[in-house]
Amino acid sequence: MISTIQNDAKLNSLRAYINSHKEMTRNDSLLIRVLQKAQEIIGYLPPEIMNFIAQEMSIPRAQVWGVATFYHYFFLKPVGKYIISVCMGTACYLKGAEKILKAFKEKLNINIGETTDDKLFTLIEARCLGACGLAPAVSINGTIYGQLDEKKAYNIIKKYINQSK
Amino acid sequence: MNSQENITIFINGTKYQTQNGQSIMQAADHLGYSIPRLCYHPQLSVEGACRICIVEIEGMKEFQASCSYPIQDGMRIHTNTTELRQARRDILELILDNHPLDCHTCPKNGNCELQRLANILGIEERHFEGERKQYPIDDSSPAIIRNPNNCILCGRCVRVCSETQQIHAIGYAHRGFKTVVMPSYNQAFDKSVCINCGQCINICPTAAFTEKKQTDEVIRILNNKDNITIAQIAPSVRIAIGESFGIESGHNFQQELTAALKALGFDYVFDTQFGADMTIMEEAAELAERYFKGENLPLITSCCPSWVKTAEQFHPDLLPHLSSCRSPMAMLASLTKGYLAKKNHWDLTKVVNIAITPCTAKKFESSREELFLEKDIRCIDYALTTREISWIIKSSGIDLSRMKGQDFDNPMGISSGAASIVGTSGGVIEATLRTFCEKYLDSALPPLQYHESRTTKGIKEATIVINDKKINIAVANGLKSTHSLMDEIRRQKKHYDFVEIMACPGGCIGGGGQPYAASLNFFDQEKILQKRSQALYAIDSSINIHKSHENPAVQQLYKEFLGTPLSELANKLLHTQYSQKIPCGIIPKEVIYDINHSK
Repeated sequence: MISTIQNDAKLNSLRAYINSHKEMTRNDSLLIRVLQKAQEIIGYLPPEIMNFIAQEMSIPRAQVWGVATFYHYFFLKPVGKYIISVCMGTACYLKGAEKILKAFKEKLNINIGETTDDKLFTLIEARCLGACGLAPAVSINGTIYGQLDEKKAYNIIKKYINQSK
Repeated sequence: MNSQENITIFINGTKYQTQNGQSIMQAADHLGYSIPRLCYHPQLSVEGACRICIVEIEGMKEFQASCSYPIQDGMRIHTNTTELRQARRDILELILDNHPLDCHTCPKNGNCELQRLANILGIEERHFEGERKQYPIDDSSPAIIRNPNNCILCGRCVRVCSETQQIHAIGYAHRGFKTVVMPSYNQAFDKSVCINCGQCINICPTAAFTEKKQTDEVIRILNNKDNITIAQIAPSVRIAIGESFGIESGHNFQQELTAALKALGFDYVFDTQFGADMTIMEEAAELAERYFKGENLPLITSCCPSWVKTAEQFHPDLLPHLSSCRSPMAMLASLTKGYLAKKNHWDLTKVVNIAITPCTAKKFESSREELFLEKDIRCIDYALTTREISWIIKSSGIDLSRMKGQDFDNPMGISSGAASIVGTSGGVIEATLRTFCEKYLDSALPPLQYHESRTTKGIKEATIVINDKKINIAVANGLKSTHSLMDEIRRQKKHYDFVEIMACPGGCIGGGGQPYAASLNFFDQEKILQKRSQALYAIDSSINIHKSHENPAVQQLYKEFLGTPLSELANKLLHTQYSQKIPCGIIPKEVIYDINHSK
């Protein structure tokens, strides 16, 4: 698989990233940053990409897999166009984050970690978005939406659906 | 403070002088206090994960893990207070709460460290019921079964695979309660870089890793009298099998084992050592051919199936260096089916070769198509480990130690002393050189004087000088230093003529199919390997024939059938070629760093 996509521009930019950071830090601590970069470029971490990273960095595959599965941040399956992370941190939780999460689940008809059939939305939980003053908050592709209730949550989804039409 | 210095410590109120620089557990072990332990293993790095080995240190508020806490001058340690006993029991109970309650049907029943620990710590009732793990069992590998439901996450398998073997086939995946030890991408074991050495089986305290048993199939085959069943016994089995029957290691049960196999219904019991003599004959000829031409040196041994798979995955560019000789087991099996069966007009479909080996990777080797006699006819039908044959013997109501001894069957039951030492690290090279020097250099092999390699730690080297000829050899056991050694060969940093690699610690005597360690005291383990090795050298001295080319049965076989070593027929039956395998192995960066920065 790797050999067929070896010349892919995405892989080249990932390789360049690895090479430019090689001397800066210890190999195993660089791994997380490389995985982040890979996810940024490709959207998720398929085995071929992890194989590529393992080979380029001389890190055994089982270790790359271990790090990728340890952090919830990394996606092992393809994700939707919009990633909705519902903050479940203490402040948001107390302000009713569970209800918000439930609203998204019902509206999108998916569970945590799943993607809608139209590949538009992926729903995940986040630990703390650092927006406690706006609790309960969600982040959609980096944009923060605060002081939510169920109705606002529905409206946000509608907005994104309309946007992508 | 100097680590060689003696310091004073107190254990349970008694004063001791002991060497500084040890952990509390090490010091206590030497002084006769065996602190309970689970994730600790002396061959591996310290993990400190299980907390079973906690002790009380006066002046400290918390209990400390004795495996990782260093001793200090004047330290007052308590290993057995009422509070400690209760705390250890609580910790173990919490581990047990997520563990299946199926001891009586577990393959590790009677050999399980967790079970033993529960007994030692006095767990008599269960206070909690925890959530159970429910994962599929992976039995895709021909040699090893992975059952994550039995795993207690002590990490010994992960460490042995990465530290001792440097294969990194398995690692931790996911986190918290959902952590599972698995190959990358949770792929099937037979698709992983696992080399089937079975060290994870030997080191696992529970039954998260076990060998793929073939005991029931073999018993069924033995009970069908139409079959012509042929057993062969590897050198390292006969000197270790006693341990399964509670007898000290190092006693040679060759004759009793032969008698037991006959009692089980085997038609023929041959000696894998005869196969070893054949391997030595062929390998010595191969060495001579390459040595005098100066081509393709060093010759690297290929008796070890785990090493062969390592080479195919990690060092495919060096495959031409590997000896084309099949392993002793494979040679003997090829000869029984390719020669004896034809000579006696046996129906090949009825002949069943069953190898008794100390090795789990032999199960994988026997399934390799390179070693098939012809399409769909395997040379080796089954490979049983020492543990499996011990179980068959026990479950058939045979008391091994009381069996009246019998000799091997002829003609493949006569062997030289050289053949017996191939089970121990350094044995294959020594045995081959005995024949090589006499046959091709007209001189006896001088005693081998090994020293540790200055460039690669963990590798033994020697130089043999005969007249104007010099032979440089290197020996490795455990794959730890092999990547570095292969890199030296690749870059021609140092000239070697002959290199021997065995994947398991100590060689086949420490194989992944050998009896489980009988006690929790790991200081015994080194001793067990020493005793097994000494026992093989004792067999070598007890046999009048010391060199493979002096074995009359070998001479007869060449005269009657094969002609000479490396003849066309010998090439067809006794040699093979290996090729690059997917997935390719990845050598960790630390190792590459060590290679680049050595010297």
